Amino acid sequence: MDQLSVEHLLGIKYLNINDIDLIFKTADHFKEVINRPIKKVPSLRDITIANLFFENSTRTKLSFELAEKRLSADVINFSASQSSVKKGETLIDTVNNILSMKVDIVVMRHGNVGAGVFLSKHVNAKIINAGDGTHEHPTQALLDSYSIREKLGSVKGKKIVIVGDILHSRVALSNIYALQLQGAKVKVCGPTTLIPKYITSLGVEVETNLKKALEWCDVANVLRVQHERMDIKYFPSTREYTQLFGINKEILDNLGKKIVIMHPGPINRGVEITSDVADSNQSIILNQVENGVAIRMAVIYLLAQQIKR
Amino acid sequence: MSRKTLLNSKDIEIILHRLACQLIENHNSFTNTVLIGLQPRGSYLAKRLSNLLKEEYNITDLQLGLLDITFYRDDFRRKETPLAAEATEIDFLIEGKKVVIIDDVLYSGRSVRAALTAIQSFGRPKNIELLVLIDRRFSRHLPIQPNYRGRQVDAINEEKVLVTWSETHNKDAVYIEQK
Repeated sequence: MDQLSVEHLLGIKYLNINDIDLIFKTADHFKEVINRPIKKVPSLRDITIANLFFENSTRTKLSFELAEKRLSADVINFSASQSSVKKGETLIDTVNNILSMKVDIVVMRHGNVGAGVFLSKHVNAKIINAGDGTHEHPTQALLDSYSIREKLGSVKGKKIVIVGDILHSRVALSNIYALQLQGAKVKVCGPTTLIPKYITSLGVEVETNLKKALEWCDVANVLRVQHERMDIKYFPSTREYTQLFGINKEILDNLGKKIVIMHPGPINRGVEITSDVADSNQSIILNQVENGVAIRMAVIYLLAQQIKR
Repeated sequence: MSRKTLLNSKDIEIILHRLACQLIENHNSFTNTVLIGLQPRGSYLAKRLSNLLKEEYNITDLQLGLLDITFYRDDFRRKETPLAAEATEIDFLIEGKKVVIIDDVLYSGRSVRAALTAIQSFGRPKNIELLVLIDRRFSRHLPIQPNYRGRQVDAINEEKVLVTWSETHNKDAVYIEQK
């Protein structure tokens, strides 16, 4: 069997197509496991994993923790709000202190871009990036592609539009890398102020008209407006944003085809997406959450396999 | 590398019929019995036996599942090559059922140990039996013995027992190879 070509999961940028295929194939098996009456396998009995969340997270943290526990790993959790980071400790010191307790894998979310890469060069453990600032969120992109593959059969040749706050979104960047690697066509759609200036250098097209973007695509991945990352006003009002870029039932019904709606969560109902769309049969939002556990189990399992005894 | 034929296709056919009859002797109509083939290689034997029971012995109510034990093995991270999983296909509960685990070769017993753990994920079986085509004597690492065996072999550790099926190798046969 193949191995991952990387020693850590720091971003989709570092993966190749064989890695993605291997992760998906492994996730298929774990998806079967998590639908059994007893949803647990003993593979990682002797592995300890630290979840370090320097930034708030609910679903990603739960999903990782569940994945780790279903693999029988020992889990320790850490969140910055209750830690010595507040007392002035550096990142490396914090992590090395945790590693002296014999931790094998670190799952880290951090507000700074490149925190995972930095850590991987300085500490002796497998690093899984669970989101670094506005940079990458690889497991989210993997589970998004996996959900598209599950719904439409494959990702290759499919047209995907990412709608919303592209500028502040690590989900958008990781998704662009992952989708292009698998041969999908990607467009981004949102207010020009929320689209990075050089995004076209990644080979994606920009469309500022939501209706045109939706008419073009097979799948719309809708992102949340990240007010917490905005230091200035990027658009006049939430109401105006909703009128121009909010997805509602009426727009979808007038497309003449059924597109797939995705959202990485958390949803702001009534802002970027209305409730009737989020809860419709076109939406695979909850499938994404279920697949998240299987994907994270696969990533952890494959990285753990590389750890020498 | 030298190779010796232990069983040819005729031998295997006779053995399969005998194993089928032994199963019927103990399980009658199979209403409360399920067959579980261990992936990957035990599944060929399990499918053969299942087809034989249905077609030659008119057993209609027979449930067959395939179980992958990769995630339950005790040599995770102990081998140079990573362990590759296969699909598990068990679309029924085994709660209260009699389970017959089927594999091609019984050697160290570790696969069967993993299967005994894995099977618990699908419920609490009434009892579990083991059926193997080849039972390698004197090589067990664990106290595990088969209830039904095709042929007992005294192969030394330097030898390898290879089972081929017509589905994969165009020929039913069992060989002993010198490593």
